Parts: sequence; structure tokens; C-alpha cells
Amino acid sequence: MMQRATFVWSAVAVLLAGLAVPWFLWGSSRVVAGLPVWIWWHVGWLGLTSVVFAAFADRAWGVGIEDTEGGFDG
Amino acid sequence: MAETALQLGIILGYLLLALGVGVVAYRLTDRTAEDYFLASRTLGTVVLLFTTFATLLSAFTFFGGPTAAYRAGPEWILVMGLMDGVLFGLLWYVIGYKQWLVGKVNGYVTLGEMIGDRFGSPILRVLIAGISLFWLLPYVMLQQQGAGTAIAALTQGAVPYWVGAGGITLFMIVYVVLSGMRGVAWTDTLQGLFMLGMIWVAVAWILSVVGGPGAATAELAAASPGHLTLGGGLYTPAYVLSTAISIAFGVTMFPQVNQRFFVAGSKRVLKRTFALWPVLVILLFVPAFMLGAWAQGLGIVAGEGENVLPLLLNEYTPAWFAALVVAGAVAAMMSSSDSMLLSGSSYLTRDVYRQVVSGVTERREALVGRMGVVVIALLSFVASLFQPGTLIDIGETAFGGFAQLALPVLVALYWSGTTRYGMYAGIGGSQLFYLGSVFLPFVPAGYVLPFAPGLGGWSASVVGMGLGLLLTLGVSVATGHAAGEDAAAYQRLSAD
Repeated sequence: MMQRATFVWSAVAVLLAGLAVPWFLWGSSRVVAGLPVWIWWHVGWLGLTSVVFAAFADRAWGVGIEDTEGGFDG
Repeated sequence: MAETALQLGIILGYLLLALGVGVVAYRLTDRTAEDYFLASRTLGTVVLLFTTFATLLSAFTFFGGPTAAYRAGPEWILVMGLMDGVLFGLLWYVIGYKQWLVGKVNGYVTLGEMIGDRFGSPILRVLIAGISLFWLLPYVMLQQQGAGTAIAALTQGAVPYWVGAGGITLFMIVYVVLSGMRGVAWTDTLQGLFMLGMIWVAVAWILSVVGGPGAATAELAAASPGHLTLGGGLYTPAYVLSTAISIAFGVTMFPQVNQRFFVAGSKRVLKRTFALWPVLVILLFVPAFMLGAWAQGLGIVAGEGENVLPLLLNEYTPAWFAALVVAGAVAAMMSSSDSMLLSGSSYLTRDVYRQVVSGVTERREALVGRMGVVVIALLSFVASLFQPGTLIDIGETAFGGFAQLALPVLVALYWSGTTRYGMYAGIGGSQLFYLGSVFLPFVPAGYVLPFAPGLGGWSASVVGMGLGLLLTLGVSVATGHAAGEDAAAYQRLSAD
């Protein structure tokens, strides 16, 4: 059975990958501060991704991979 | 003529610097194979980050990518960000960290070794090495071709193509043979920092001439408004996803990147590297590809097969600066190729040579490994003289080919129910399908989903990956473990 932490972090991973491209801005050409808004979204989202990655590395590294007390089998 | 001499001087000076770094690394290298191929698993955060980063980047960062942005808009920024920043980061953990743990326990150096051991199958080991070398060689050739072309274009033919490509090949042979993984990692760090610095100086320079990003983007909006619109033309949702997914998974199976998963000094190094990925990708690709897009608005005219970035630089910056950027591009190609030579050679040595010849000592293996580097470099150089196919075409074919390996390997790493025959079917089946899509006219290269035609066509590479996944799972369920398999090999891992 998948552990809770593995499940939560997998969902976070899917979310990070799913919105790296701003699908809701498809067809938009609005420009703000010299660049299209969809590029700004992407820059911001990857910044956020980096912060989430750092938090994961800090708190949950090993989830789904390292052996834990519950006899987790990957 | 004085200008050509200056340009050559800059490139030569850069090459000598890389060679110097290689020599210093050589003095620290002992003579075992593990040290030669993996720097004894001791790489630190900055070096590991940049060596992987520089390896991922190739001629595409400076030539193919900006030119695509020039012609069709800068959507490749999104592809790169999703691919290298997010997906590759995730795989860095899911495949990379797992492999690091498994490799550390068992002393593995290559992917084939790790998989072959788990499934008790030398055939699987040779198969993985063979498939990898098949896709790798054309890709190395591509880098030499890019370097030769760039130098010939910069010097306006004063240095012929074959001299440029040959010279680069020779330099790489010398420092890769001398210094192995440590030297490659150090020169990659130098090259990565250099490329990043060059791109930002180029952006600052050109934007200060044209009046800032707002002015440059306004010019682009006036000249070609479609370039600022997300999507359209070449870029469909299926194209963006297919490309990002295929290349991200493909990258993890490229020998030089996959081998990086074995070389981190500690868990802490892997963790830090992981969090820096998205930032580094944004820092490099947003400016590089925006330069290409802005060039469209600035009225730069790049003909068929011409790269836009050198033309843009020639227009707005002095010759010495353009030469520095071309040196950066050459650096990008070398840092990809040097690692590929080394990893390709380790596959050849460990997964093929040592399987055939018995009683090979560590010293002898390191020696044969060095000979392998020379052989691969020369073969690909000779191939680059005949230049079959176009740059991006071959590159994308190779990434797709490697991508086919990723899902069977991922399944094997996490599911102990995977069987030897499941791996044969998953790896063999997906490779055959993908090869068919590349070489056989009746196997389509694009697939539109009947229930979602609006998304556009999905690439054969992604379809092949799905096929490989189904075959691996299905055949594993249908067959039992063969004799000699160690189903628990990848389980019960701990970092301590």
C-alpha cells in the first residue's frame, strides 16, 4: 500500500509538472513589463518549483525510495 | 584578417584553458577504472550540478533553440522549463536517487550493469549497452558537426569545416583520455558558467542598444504579433507535451547523464542539486530563446539552414564578443561530447569488452576505457565529415531512442514483479516500434487521439514509451522470474 507521504508528494509532483505550462493562457499574447504574461507565469512557476523541491529535499527526501519502519516495499 | 586571428585566438585560448583544467585533474586521478569513469563517486554540489547541466546543453541552446524561437516564437522556453526544470528534476529523484542508492551498495558504473545484475542476464546488459551506443554515436557526431560549422562560419571559411571539427575532436580526446570523469566534471563547470555568463552579457548588450526588453518586444509585436501568442503554428499542446516528456525521459537514459546518477559524493549533494534545477534552467533558456525571438522583430534575416544568434551578434556587438559567444557554443558542444565519449567508452569497456574477455584487471580496464574514447571520437569525427541528416532531426531521434529505455528501467527499479522476459519485451518492442517510425515510411511519426484531435499530434516517441510500459508490465505479469534473477535487488535501501 502506498504510504500517505508518498501519495501527497506524488500529487504535488503532478501539479508542478501540470501547470509549468500555463494552459489557461493558451492563445494569449498580453505583454507585461516587456515579456508575454505566459513567460512570466512560467518563470514564477519554476521559481515556486525550486522552493517546493528544496522543501521536499529538506523534509521528505527518501519518500517512496528508502526503507522505512513500516516495511515499505517501494 | 586581423579579426579572424583575434577570433581564433579567443577560441584557442579557451581550449587551452580547458586543457589546463584537464591536466590538473589528471594529476589527482589514480589509475583505477572507478576513479577514471566516476571520479571515485566524490563529486560535490556545484560540480555535479554544472557537469550534468553542461551535459544536457548542446548546440541547441545557442543555435537550434534561438533559431526556432526566431521562426515560430519562444514557446521552446516552456518546453525546456517543463522538460529540464520540472520533469528532469522529478526524475533526478525518482530514477537518479534510487540508482545512486543501488549503485552505492553494489558498486555499479553503468545502467546495463545494474539491470543485467538484477535480472541475471548478460544479454540484457549487452542489449542496453548496444542500444545506448547506437543512439549515442550519431549524437556525438552531431556535436562535432556543430563545432566545425560554427568555427567555419565565424572565420568565414578561413578555418575549413574539417579542421574545426577535427581540432575539437583532438582536444577532447586529449583531455578526456588524460583526466576521465574528474577532468570532464571540472571543465564542464567552467563551460557551464561561461555559457551562462555569455548569454546574459549578450542580452544586456543587445537590449541596451535597442532600448530595453519593452522596446524589443514592441518591435516584435509590430513585426510578427503571432510570435508573442502562446501556441499556434508548430506549437500544439500535444507537441509541447510530447517533446518535453520524450526528451526529459530520454535525457535520464543518455549514458553520460545516467552515469551522473552514480557519481554524487553524498545524499546531501543530490538534494541540493535537485532544488537548483528549475532556477538554472530559467536563467539560461529565457534569455537565450528570447534573443532569438527578438531578432525577428529587429529585422535580422536568417535564411534556410542559417542560425540566427551569430547573425544577431554580428549586427549589434563587436567581432571579439561574437567570437566569445561562439566559443561558448563550442564549449556547449564539447561539454556534451566529452562526457558522452567517456560514458560511451565505459559502456563499451564494462558491458561489452569485460563480458567477452576474462581476467581483466582494474588498470587494464581503465586503459581499454581510454582506447574506447579514442575509437568513439574518431569514428564520430569521420561520420561528421559526411554529415548525414540535419542537426535537430538527428538530435531528436536520439533523445526519442533513449526515451524508450526509461519506462522499462523505471518499472524494474520500483516493481519487484518485473521479470526478465518483461524487460526483453518492453525494451525490444519499444525500440523496434520507434526505429520503425524513424526509418519505415509506413509507420507514422505522429498520432492524433480520436477523442482529442484539438490537442494535435503526439510523437511516435511518446507512443513508443507507452508501448514499452505496457509490454514490460504485461509480459512480466504473464511470465515468472527466470533462474538467476534477484527480484529484491532494488528493495530495502537505506542511505546510511
